[in-house]
Amino acid sequence: MDTPHGTPAIELHDLRKQFGQQVVLNGLTLRVDPGETVVVLGRSGTGKSVLLKLLVGLQKPDSGVVKIRGQEITALAEPALNKVRAGIGFLFQEAALYDSLDVGDNVAFPLRHRPVNGDKAGDAPDISARVTELLSFVGLEDAKAKMPSALSGGMKKRVGLARALALQPDILLFDEPTSALDPITGAEIEELILRLRKEQHVASVVVTHDLRSARRIGDRLAFIHEGVFVFDGPPDALQQSTHPFVVQFLKEAS
Amino acid sequence: MIQVNKAASIREAGDSLRSSLEWFGEFGLFTGRVARAALTPPFEFKELLSQLDEIGSRSIFLVMVAGAAIGVVLTLETRNTLLHFGAESSLPAIIMVSIMRESGPIVTGLIVSGRVGAGIGAALGSMKVTEQIDAMEVSAVNPYQYLVATRVIACAVAMPLLTVACDFSGVLSGWLANTLAKPISLDLFLNIGLRQVTFSDFLPPTFKTVVFGLIIGLVSSFQGMQAHGGTEGVGRAATNSVVLSSLFIIMADVVLVRLILVFFG
Repeated sequence: MDTPHGTPAIELHDLRKQFGQQVVLNGLTLRVDPGETVVVLGRSGTGKSVLLKLLVGLQKPDSGVVKIRGQEITALAEPALNKVRAGIGFLFQEAALYDSLDVGDNVAFPLRHRPVNGDKAGDAPDISARVTELLSFVGLEDAKAKMPSALSGGMKKRVGLARALALQPDILLFDEPTSALDPITGAEIEELILRLRKEQHVASVVVTHDLRSARRIGDRLAFIHEGVFVFDGPPDALQQSTHPFVVQFLKEAS
Repeated sequence: MIQVNKAASIREAGDSLRSSLEWFGEFGLFTGRVARAALTPPFEFKELLSQLDEIGSRSIFLVMVAGAAIGVVLTLETRNTLLHFGAESSLPAIIMVSIMRESGPIVTGLIVSGRVGAGIGAALGSMKVTEQIDAMEVSAVNPYQYLVATRVIACAVAMPLLTVACDFSGVLSGWLANTLAKPISLDLFLNIGLRQVTFSDFLPPTFKTVVFGLIIGLVSSFQGMQAHGGTEGVGRAATNSVVLSSLFIIMADVVLVRLILVFFG
């Protein structure tokens, strides 16, 4: 799936979302270009995960515009939305692997269920080769027959990433990719994210509260506070921000 | 003080009623979504077969054990009464008719709602709380087609077959209990009994279990897909699946028995 030349991969305009009385997003605006990695930071429970779910149509905003590759998705019906989703890979916080399937079947799942001429792709021989290729990319080619329950946290995230890459997406969404991981494993995941940006020119939105990780992988950092972005710029410009929340965040993180 | 307590109780009752009505509203919408998903391609045949195995094949033993117990109990209880009235020769027919018409279907329904209902509630509930359902949607696979419709259809198809297994086991054990008290060949027992069994004693009650299967599949899938709050939510989903599907099966049975009597006699 390709983004028309010059069109942003992701565009958000004045996005609002509340749950009951709690306002989570209060007029969010963001733009992500192809090949760019934007890291969204903020306190826990401030709507970062909700933002990712809105980007992929798992939830609908109360108001505002969500555009993927120049196409407005908020009013799309399921079949059209699924076409958009085919080009988006999502790595969930706990990887969300299907526990009744082994690693190979997990990674093959989007490939087997991808519609091919109105039918399912089924068990086409090239699927097995593609699964091996994806697992090699994340360094887990020997884990094909293992069940998710036998994997460590880091391995689960790598399998989750392999699955997210199955349909060759040009947009990737990461929900806390290095949380609950030791520093070495976390660095391995960061390395994979950097490789994807360099080799496959994907547009990525990474949600995290880890500032060190954000500085390493982000072209731009965007801080959410009280439902809006209070900072949106390159990591170098962070020190110049005078917003109290950003200042405090930097202070606590150092 | 008493007035305040009364007002609080009325408000509580009102809230309870409102949340029950909301439950039925959401359940109705859910059922509509599942029906649309079941009738729209792609049809997940492989997953349907897998569910038929899990729901049908793996419940047979349990259902037959329950059927056997029912057959023995029914024989023991009925035999003495019939002896008292000098109507011992009616025993085979009474066993068969009461198992096929009522005990078999309802026992199968309740056993399956326990085993399968809890299983579906827990499986879908744990998928929901670990974001596996979201992951499936993002992979452009409709979870209502892949997970829910397959389970609902499998329940509906498996139930009449399991009921037949239960009936078979019940009649056989009924004969065993009878023959231990007063020897009678299986051949004779079946011949005497089947002479009195009609179409409306067997087919309509067996097919009413399709409705039981739909109830189990829909209620437990609904509870699973609504689960939230970690492992506690999964436990709640499993428990509520069993309780609600058992309750609805018993209530549906009242209606279905009446309909069968009206239409088939």
